[in-house]
Amino acid sequence: MGSRWLIRVAGLGYLLLILAAPVGLVFYRAFEHGIGPAWDAVTSTDAVHALKVTLEIAIIAVPANTIFGILCALAIVRYPIRGSGLLNALVDLPLALSPVVVGLSFLLLYGQQGWFGPWLSDHGVDIVFALPGMILVTIFISLPFVVREVVPVLREIGTDQEQAAETLGASPWQTFRRITLPAIRWAVAYGVVLTTARALGEFGAVSVMSGRIVGQTETMTLHVENAYQNFDYTAAYASAVVLALVAIFTLTLMTAFRPREGG
Amino acid sequence: MAIAVRRVTKRFGDFTALDNISLAIPGGSLTALLGPSGSGKSTLLRIIAGLEQPDAGDVNILGEDATGVPARKRGVGFVFQHYAAFKHMTVEKNIAFGLDIRKHPKAETKQRVGELLELVQLQGLAKRYPSQLSGGQRQRMALARALAVDPKVLLLDEPFGALDARVRKELRAWLRRLHDEVHVTTVFVTHDQEEAMEVADRIAVMNEGRIEQVGKPRDLYEHPANEFVMTFVGPVARLGGEYVRPHDLELTLEPNGTTERATVERVVHLGFEVRVELRLADGEEVYVQATRAQAEELDLSDGQTVYVRPPASAAIA
Repeated sequence: MGSRWLIRVAGLGYLLLILAAPVGLVFYRAFEHGIGPAWDAVTSTDAVHALKVTLEIAIIAVPANTIFGILCALAIVRYPIRGSGLLNALVDLPLALSPVVVGLSFLLLYGQQGWFGPWLSDHGVDIVFALPGMILVTIFISLPFVVREVVPVLREIGTDQEQAAETLGASPWQTFRRITLPAIRWAVAYGVVLTTARALGEFGAVSVMSGRIVGQTETMTLHVENAYQNFDYTAAYASAVVLALVAIFTLTLMTAFRPREGG
Repeated sequence: MAIAVRRVTKRFGDFTALDNISLAIPGGSLTALLGPSGSGKSTLLRIIAGLEQPDAGDVNILGEDATGVPARKRGVGFVFQHYAAFKHMTVEKNIAFGLDIRKHPKAETKQRVGELLELVQLQGLAKRYPSQLSGGQRQRMALARALAVDPKVLLLDEPFGALDARVRKELRAWLRRLHDEVHVTTVFVTHDQEEAMEVADRIAVMNEGRIEQVGKPRDLYEHPANEFVMTFVGPVARLGGEYVRPHDLELTLEPNGTTERATVERVVHLGFEVRVELRLADGEEVYVQATRAQAEELDLSDGQTVYVRPPASAAIA
């Protein structure tokens, strides 16, 4: 009895302290001076543009990492070759590397002094300090989540169902579509939520790669920081609230699509 | 021959799973591949299905070379030990899978699924999910799913291996009856000699990647080709360096020249049968399977001296 309450208090207290309190405080500070100033702050030209940039990045990075994440997981689990273990370890690299380091390394690769930079800019493609570069680092940073969610589920479901489908006449694509994908869909969905959250929230790598040009390459997170640095606290907190709402919206969307069937 | 396997070899790394195997399976038969684990029986079945590729040799199904044909085009029905139920589909969707893939008309599919549900006695469970079924029901669903596409041959890999003893016994008898109804050439893998004897009309005994003997259950039991088949397809006792069936041994109270002296260690009553455990003069232990009437006639008691004699015909040197 006593230990049960102790565990509850410890668990919930920890969550409250670490998660709920700061987020709650952000909401409180955003609306400290009423809805009006907060609304004005998030509807300013720069804020709207920043939100647009953030969403543009996410709309490309999340599907890319979903499709290639599933492909990577299949390659690692279903079609292992010598060196697949290395690939498996490589997937975790973005989690281990500091985002700032990632940003710098991309800068070195695609910048004017980099390996690909001069050739690309000769052909009219600007990667650095532009949207393509920001999308690229965001993809890099948010790559592991779908792979990490899908790999264990693929291992767990095994190959029996897929082989059964094969003997029943299903092509590899039909087998994937009708058997494998439904079996991993919740892992994929959870991976997508995490990828989206990471893509929306990314700061370090995007900060380096974007050049932080207000009204051009400024994302929502950069906008929040910029506003904070300029002592415009209402704008900073209100923008943070917008980011949080987008994340909550994504999470709700995923939950809403959860089917009610048994199996 | 419905299935002809010729000179098939399969290696996994250093391990030779199948060593130059040839096997012919007649149309309409119910054949068991019987052997201990690691004997290669499942590998052979999977090669027939196209789920594994042989390193050498070929597979022929209904007179056509199937060696390079992918599993999905072989027209085989395959049933897995752990059911391989499509967990996110209802029973009827599971059974209809092969027909849906082939884009059969909806009405036709519905009718066929109805017939199969009846055949495997799962009427009324069409809308259930596999997680809501018992193991035996899942396996029957898997069987219906394999039969739905009218396979040329039906292959079952330890189909009752994951079920408890009572359900396993029920399903054996049921599979035998089903085969008498459907007549599709069937091959099933098992490590249980009793199961093979009870269900199959032909048995191929496998050991260490080779086929030791193929024949009717009774032939294997009565005329085993070698010591392995002798010891694997039934109980054995060792007497005078020879293997004999315990129920072929004869017990007498008096010696008569061909008998060996033994001491009764224990008499175990197993309903109709009586197992008499003996210790021979040289210290070897054997047991004799006798009927209750025989045991009563001899009036055996522990520690008593008896004489045991093998019938000359039933032994393997």
